[in-house]
Amino acid sequence: MTKFSMIVDVDKCTGCYACFLTCRDEYVDNDHLPYSAAQPPANSERGQNWIRVEEEERGTFPKVKVSYTPIMCQNCEDAPCIEAATDGAVFRRDDGIVMIDPEKADGQKAIAESCPYGVIFWNEEKKLAQKCTFCSHLLDDGWQMPRCAEACPVEAILFGDLDDPDSAISQKRMAGGMEELNPEYGIKPTVAYVGLPKRFIAGEVVFAGDEEECAEGVSVMLAGDSGTLSTATDAFGDFEFAGLKDGSDVSIEIDAPGRKTYSVDIKTDIDHNLGVILLEASTD
Amino acid sequence: MSEQVFTNLTNAGPVSVYVRDGKITRIRALDADEADFKPWTIEADGQSYTPPKKFNLSPYVYGERQRIYSDNRIKYPMKRVDFDPNGERNPQNRGKSDYERISWDEALDLVAGEIKRVQDTYGPSAVSGMTSSHHNWGIVGYKMGPFWRFFNHIGYTPVFDNPDSWEGWHWGATHTYGFYWRLGMPEQYDLLEDGLKNAEMIVYWSNDPDSTRGIYTGQDASIWRQWLKDKGVEMVFIDPFHNFTAAAMDGKWIAPRMGTDTAVAMAIAYVWLTEETYDKEYIESRTVGFDQFKDYVLGKEDGEAKTPRWAAEESGVPARTITALARQWAKKRTVLSGGARGGEGGACRTAYGTEWARMMVLLQAMQGLGKPGVSIWGTSMGAPFDASIWFPGYADPEGRMSTSSAADKTYPNPNPQRLYRPDVPDAVLDPPYSWIGEGFCGNSLEQQFKPYTYPAEGCSEIKLWYRYGGSFFGTMNDTTKWARMYQSPKLEFVVNQDCWWAGETRFADVILPACTHMEREDLGEWGTGNGYTQHASNGCNFRVIVRQQKCIEPLWESKSDYDIFSELAGKLGFRDEFTEGKTDKDWAKAFFEISDLKDHISWEEFDKKGYYIINVPDDYQSTPGLRWFAEGRNCDTPDIGNPKRTTNEADQLGTYSGKIEFVSESLAQHTPDDTERPVSPHYIKSWEGHHSPKIDKYPIQLLSPHPRFTFHTHYDGHTASLNDIPAHRIKVDGHPYWPARINPDDARARGIEDGDIVRLYNDRAQGVLCCAVVTERVKPGVVHAYASSGVYDPIDPGDPDSIDRGGCVNMLSPSKLMSKNVPGMAPNSSLIQFEKWEGKR
Repeated sequence: MTKFSMIVDVDKCTGCYACFLTCRDEYVDNDHLPYSAAQPPANSERGQNWIRVEEEERGTFPKVKVSYTPIMCQNCEDAPCIEAATDGAVFRRDDGIVMIDPEKADGQKAIAESCPYGVIFWNEEKKLAQKCTFCSHLLDDGWQMPRCAEACPVEAILFGDLDDPDSAISQKRMAGGMEELNPEYGIKPTVAYVGLPKRFIAGEVVFAGDEEECAEGVSVMLAGDSGTLSTATDAFGDFEFAGLKDGSDVSIEIDAPGRKTYSVDIKTDIDHNLGVILLEASTD
Repeated sequence: MSEQVFTNLTNAGPVSVYVRDGKITRIRALDADEADFKPWTIEADGQSYTPPKKFNLSPYVYGERQRIYSDNRIKYPMKRVDFDPNGERNPQNRGKSDYERISWDEALDLVAGEIKRVQDTYGPSAVSGMTSSHHNWGIVGYKMGPFWRFFNHIGYTPVFDNPDSWEGWHWGATHTYGFYWRLGMPEQYDLLEDGLKNAEMIVYWSNDPDSTRGIYTGQDASIWRQWLKDKGVEMVFIDPFHNFTAAAMDGKWIAPRMGTDTAVAMAIAYVWLTEETYDKEYIESRTVGFDQFKDYVLGKEDGEAKTPRWAAEESGVPARTITALARQWAKKRTVLSGGARGGEGGACRTAYGTEWARMMVLLQAMQGLGKPGVSIWGTSMGAPFDASIWFPGYADPEGRMSTSSAADKTYPNPNPQRLYRPDVPDAVLDPPYSWIGEGFCGNSLEQQFKPYTYPAEGCSEIKLWYRYGGSFFGTMNDTTKWARMYQSPKLEFVVNQDCWWAGETRFADVILPACTHMEREDLGEWGTGNGYTQHASNGCNFRVIVRQQKCIEPLWESKSDYDIFSELAGKLGFRDEFTEGKTDKDWAKAFFEISDLKDHISWEEFDKKGYYIINVPDDYQSTPGLRWFAEGRNCDTPDIGNPKRTTNEADQLGTYSGKIEFVSESLAQHTPDDTERPVSPHYIKSWEGHHSPKIDKYPIQLLSPHPRFTFHTHYDGHTASLNDIPAHRIKVDGHPYWPARINPDDARARGIEDGDIVRLYNDRAQGVLCCAVVTERVKPGVVHAYASSGVYDPIDPGDPDSIDRGGCVNMLSPSKLMSKNVPGMAPNSSLIQFEKWEGKR
C-alpha cells in the first residue's frame, strides 16, 4: 500500500513562504478537475491559503526566538471533513490523501466549517469547500512531490510514502521527535511536525562589582515537575533552557562560588527573558 | 492546444514555464534532467556535504505568473492628457494628470520627434536617461543592451550609478585591501568548503543572507547554513534588527545603536591589542601602517582609548559583551560575514560607512585574513565552481549589445557630460552641480577621485529625460526631490518605458509599454552579471546557462525593449545600423557564439533543450579566497578581474602597497588631509545620529535594509500574493500597508498597538504611512521598515509634499552624501519621529 504524508521540520523552516507562493502559482486561476477547482484570485478578500505559514515570536529583547510553522491539510485519520460531508463528497484516496470532490461537494459549507485546523476554505462564488490536495493531480502525472515540498530550499517540508520503510519520510519518522499539531483536537493527523515552538527561559549572569566581564561557566539549575536540568553560562554569561513544556511550574537556581545564590520560581505559560541577573558577593 | 514547457531565467533562478492555449499556467524551478546534474561533495570532519539535484529559487519568483498578468502592467502606449508638444506642456501637472491611450505609431513619432527637436535645438547632451536595475533577466534584453546601444548611437548624457548596496566597501574597503575590480567586495572562491572544514564561529555583522540571498542566487545557500548550524558552528548576529538569518540560526544577538558599529569594531581591536591576541606575524608581513592604527586605537593619537567601556557608551552594547565577543573571535577560527558578498550590509550605508567597511577588513587582518576559517564570507557564495568556461554576463562589455563583439559594429557615446544618480534632481533643479567619483569605480582606485561638474563644459543642461523603469521613490534617498524634478519646466519632455506602473511612471509625458523576459527571446547565466562580480554564480549549487525561450506573445500592446528601440531607431533613420538585421533570437545566438559554451553544446541543441549545466570536474582543485595572500603565494583563484594576477606582482593585493593597509597609501596620496575618511580609519560621530541636535525632535533611527520578499522594488505592487505575506505587507481596510517594526517600549510611549496605522516623518517628508508591527525583534529607538517599496501612493497625487501610503520610507532618508570626498548614500543615518495616524488615508 501507499500512504502519502508529510513531515514539517519547524527547526529548519526559514519562513521564506516559497511553499505558500508555489501553492498560489499552482491553484489560483487553474482548474485541475476532477481533483480541484481553481482558487479565487489572490490579493482579494477571497484569497485562500491552502498552506499558511504561522510566525511565532517569543521572548523579549534581546533574547528572542522566532519560528515559522507551515500548516496545510493534515490528512487526518479521523478526518471531521469526511464526517461532515454528504454523498461521499470528501473521501480518502487509496494513497491516503483526503480529497474534496468539487462536483459532489457543491454547496456543502459544512465541509469548510468542520476543520479545526482552519485549512478548508469556503469559496462563496463557487459554493465550494476547497483545500490542499497534496497536488495529487501532479502525483498522478508522475511528479515526485507536491509543489510546496519541491520549492522548499531546506527540506523543511518532507513528502513521501509512510508505508515504504526506505522512504526519507519513514526514515525521519523512525529517528523520532515527531509531534502532532494541536493533539488536543484528537483527530489523528498523519502530517507530523518536528521542533514545534516550546517555552524557553534565558538570562545573562553578571557578578556585581565585576560588571565589565561576562560571567562564564556559572552553573544554572532548573527544577520542575519533570525533573532537573542543568546548564552553565556561555562566554557571554548567557544561559538558556529551551524546549520546555508550556504551563509548568519551575524554579531556577544560579550558584557561583563566593556569590549569593539567586533563585526564582517561574511559570512557563510564557517565555522568560530574565534579563541581567546580578549576583552579589556573599557576605560570609 | 496541448501543454508546452519552455525554459527561462529570472534574477533569482532558472524556471520551467508551462503554457496552455497561449497562457502561462505554472512557473516552476527548472525541471532539468536528473542525469545532467553531477553534484559536488565537500568532505569535512568525517561528514560529506552534497547539494540536492535541484534549483532553489527566491520565493518571489513563484509569484512571477501573477506579476506577468498583473493589472498593473502598462498595457498600451499612453500620453498625458494635458501634454501638448506643440502647445502647453504643463510640466507642473506631472504626477497628477490622467493619461489617454495612443497608438504605437503616434507614440513613437512623438518620442522620436522630441529627441530630434531637443538634440537639434540644444545638442546631443540635452538628452539624458537611465535604467533601473534587475527587473528582467537575459543579456540580449538587459538594461545595458538595447537602451545603451540606442542612446550611444544618438549621443546623450549618461548617469553614473552609485554603488547603492555596498557604498562603504566601494569607497572605503578598496583603500584597505584593493578589490576595486570587485567594487570593494572580496573574492569568495571555495569559502563554503573552508567554512565547513575550518570555521568555529561566524560573526554576521549587518548581514541577513537568508533575505538577500546571494543577490541573484536564489536560496541555494540556505542549506549551507543549515549544514553549518548542524555542525555546531557558533553564530553571532550584530544588527539592530533580529534578522531572518538570526531567526533561522538562533545565535547570539547583539544590537548596537545605529551608526556606532565602527566604535564596537575599534573596541574589539583594543581588546586584541591589549591582550595581544592578534596575528603578529601576519601584521608584520602582510600589512602596512599598523603602528599608526594602533596609536589611534590605544588613544595615543587623540587621548581617547577605544576601550570596550568607551564603545559601550557609544553603542549601548555592554562593555563585557564586546570584550567577550573579542575574546571568542580571537580564540576561535572566525568567519566575518559582513554582507551578502562578504561585504555589503546596512552598516556600510551610513554616515562614514567607509570606516566600518575598512574596519571589517582590518579586524580580519588582525586575525590572519585568508588563513583557514578566517575569511570575509557572506555565507551565500563560494561553492565549488568551474570557472574555465567563459560566458558573458550583463556587466561584461562582451555581454552587452552596446559594446560586445557579438555586434558587427558598436557606437561609443561621444558626449563627455555625466550626471550622478543620487543627485540627478539636485543637478537638474539647481545647476551647476559638482561631485567626485565615477560611480562604479571598477577600473582603478583613481576613478574615485575624479571631479565632475554638471553641466559639463560645452554641454547643455538636460531637457529630455528618458526613464526606463521607475523605482527611485523606493530606492534612492530623500526621494520627494524626484517629484520636484519631474514637475520642473526644465525637463521639456519625459518618457517612461517599463513593464509595470511604478512610482515614476506617472510623471512621464509619454509612457511606452515594455514586455517581460517571458515574452521575448534571450539567454543568460543564473546568478551573475560577471564584470565587477565575476563568478558570482558560485552562490548556486549548480552553474547553469539558460536559453530564455519566448513563452508567450507580448501581452496587451507591449513590445520588447529591443523592438521599441529598433522602431525608434527606424523613425530616426538608423534602424539597420541598430539591428544589423538581427532579431532578438539572432542576438541570442550571436552571444552564444562568442562564448565558450559553443564548445560544449551546439546552438541547435541548446536552443531546443533550453539549458546547460556546467558541472564541477572530478579533479576539481579548491582555491579558497585569499589563502594565496595569507600564504604569500601568487593568486591562484580564477579572479580574472585582478590586474596583478598574471604579472610578477601576483602575490599582491590591489592596494598601492600590495598589502593590507592600516594606513591607506591611496588615500594618503589623493586626500591626505581628509578628516572624514582619514588615511587610517576612525570612528566618527554620525552627522545624523544620536549625538545630533535634532535627536530631540526626531529621536528614532530608521533602519531600512534591503527587502526580504522582493528584489529591490521588483515584484512589489504587482504580485498579488505577496500582499498576503504579513512580513511583506499588511492589509488594513483592504489596503496593503508596508510594515514598520517597532519595539514595544517605543510603541507604548506613543499609544500604538500592533496593526495601527502609523505616520513616519521628519523635516524631509510629511509622512509615510505604515502598519505598525510591535516586535521584540527591533532594538528600542529603532524603527525597521524595508527600503524598496515598489508602490509610491501619495494621498494627494502630484503634490511632492504629500503623505505617501505606499511605504516609500526612502522619502525620509537624507540627500547628504557619506562624507566630503565620498559620494555614497547613507540611508541608515535617518532620524525620524512617528505617531499613531488617524488622519486621511
